[in-house]
Amino acid sequence: MVVREKFEHELKEVQNQFITLSNLAISTLNKSIDALMSHDVDVALSIIENDIHINRREEEINDRVILLLAKQQPVATDLRRLIVMIKAAHDMERVGDYAVNIAKETIRLGKTEFVSPIKNIEEMRSKTITMLTEVMKAFIAEDIEEARKIAELDDQVDDLYGQTIQQLLKVGSENPQVLNQITQLSFVCRYLERSADHATNIAEQLFYLVKGRHYELNN
Amino acid sequence: MVLLKVNNNKTTDEIVATQEFTDKKLVYDTQQLNLWYGNHHALKNIDLAIKENEVTAIIGPSGCGKSTYIKTLNRMVELVPSVKTSGKILYRDRNIFDADYSVEELRTKVGMVFQKPNPFPKSIFDNIAYGPRIHGIKNKKTLDEIVEQSLRGAAIWDEVKDRLNENAYGLSGGQQQRICIARALAIEPDVILMDEPTSALDPISTLKVEELVQELKQNYSIIIVTHNMQQAARISDQTAFFLNGEVVEFDQTDTIFSRPSDKRTEDYISGRFG
Repeated sequence: MVVREKFEHELKEVQNQFITLSNLAISTLNKSIDALMSHDVDVALSIIENDIHINRREEEINDRVILLLAKQQPVATDLRRLIVMIKAAHDMERVGDYAVNIAKETIRLGKTEFVSPIKNIEEMRSKTITMLTEVMKAFIAEDIEEARKIAELDDQVDDLYGQTIQQLLKVGSENPQVLNQITQLSFVCRYLERSADHATNIAEQLFYLVKGRHYELNN
Repeated sequence: MVLLKVNNNKTTDEIVATQEFTDKKLVYDTQQLNLWYGNHHALKNIDLAIKENEVTAIIGPSGCGKSTYIKTLNRMVELVPSVKTSGKILYRDRNIFDADYSVEELRTKVGMVFQKPNPFPKSIFDNIAYGPRIHGIKNKKTLDEIVEQSLRGAAIWDEVKDRLNENAYGLSGGQQQRICIARALAIEPDVILMDEPTSALDPISTLKVEELVQELKQNYSIIIVTHNMQQAARISDQTAFFLNGEVVEFDQTDTIFSRPSDKRTEDYISGRFG
């Protein structure tokens, strides 16, 4: 007989809510870069408007976890699972906030053509989205080997970020009249890099959930 | 990259805790204890080292041997016919099973509090003075002092000081249980055994007894059997998990309730069986 069937069911429900939140945050981040690339101000505006839904999903997870803590008084792995759920949900919510920030940069840029090649930003986006998607799957499957691989990808994103900023600065120093755009694109890179860091945070939390000890997966 | 600057080593807190753990003297050292009720093998190769001035919780499902174990610590289990034991229980370095060991002396040192409050049908004063009187104390002033000290020690003095001559049966369940604790304290024991002391009490009385246990450990060593795992987590320093007459895991309470090493322990504390 499975004891605590209701609790198991509730845990599953929180996981489903986390998947919903993560999918929403990741697709919004993806969409924010699409909007940036295509100078689509309307999409950028809708991203800003819809951020409230991501925030609500996070609040719903928090509320549910708090009720579970109060009613079920979990210990050991169950307790860590719920605490880590709150933290991971917050990381995903932050990714949604970075999508909003990128959308705001898109609005500021308007229809201005890019003066600098944005291939690196595209690549950063691709790696960051992969990290977030994979970490969500690893988190649900509680697979720490996958989490370890995701953390490794973060180094690649960090390297790309460094290179891209260097390139942007170079273009900026040669064309001072586009400094505004360079600054805005640098912020976009920063937001992507921070989003990847949040994926790493979730990977670290997964290690804590499974092992019960704190792990530092970053350099 | 990377990976894993794992904190394989113990955290500072754990190291400090381990040092304290090591420094404390043993009050009981159980070595390869086996116990049979007739043919039923109720305790199997128990090794448990219990430190002084700590609260040691014994947890486990019904029938796992936890009550049998603490009743062995004051040899109360011998009241059951057909009990047979092997192995040793050293109390303060002496084996309590030695032929020349005085059970009376052991029970003077080891007080016990039971699941259901069991005051004598006497006045509050006489309940507390009962043990000291048996030990030959007749002086009224000395008895007054012992009664007051014991009732204060059990955190119930203020509630009963004006009604010491009333029958203890008139008190609430929670108060009766603290009277029983005061009665145990009156003989100045070294160890207090508690067999599910709050299972018959309401939540507030339970919390009072739990707080009391925390205070009492300054002066006594306490071994408590409890079905309430949150209680074990709240009040004990060490926890032993018993299953089918064996000790599955014995460790610091913080470890047992956060990252137990045995899956059976995790399953039990997280309510997956039992």
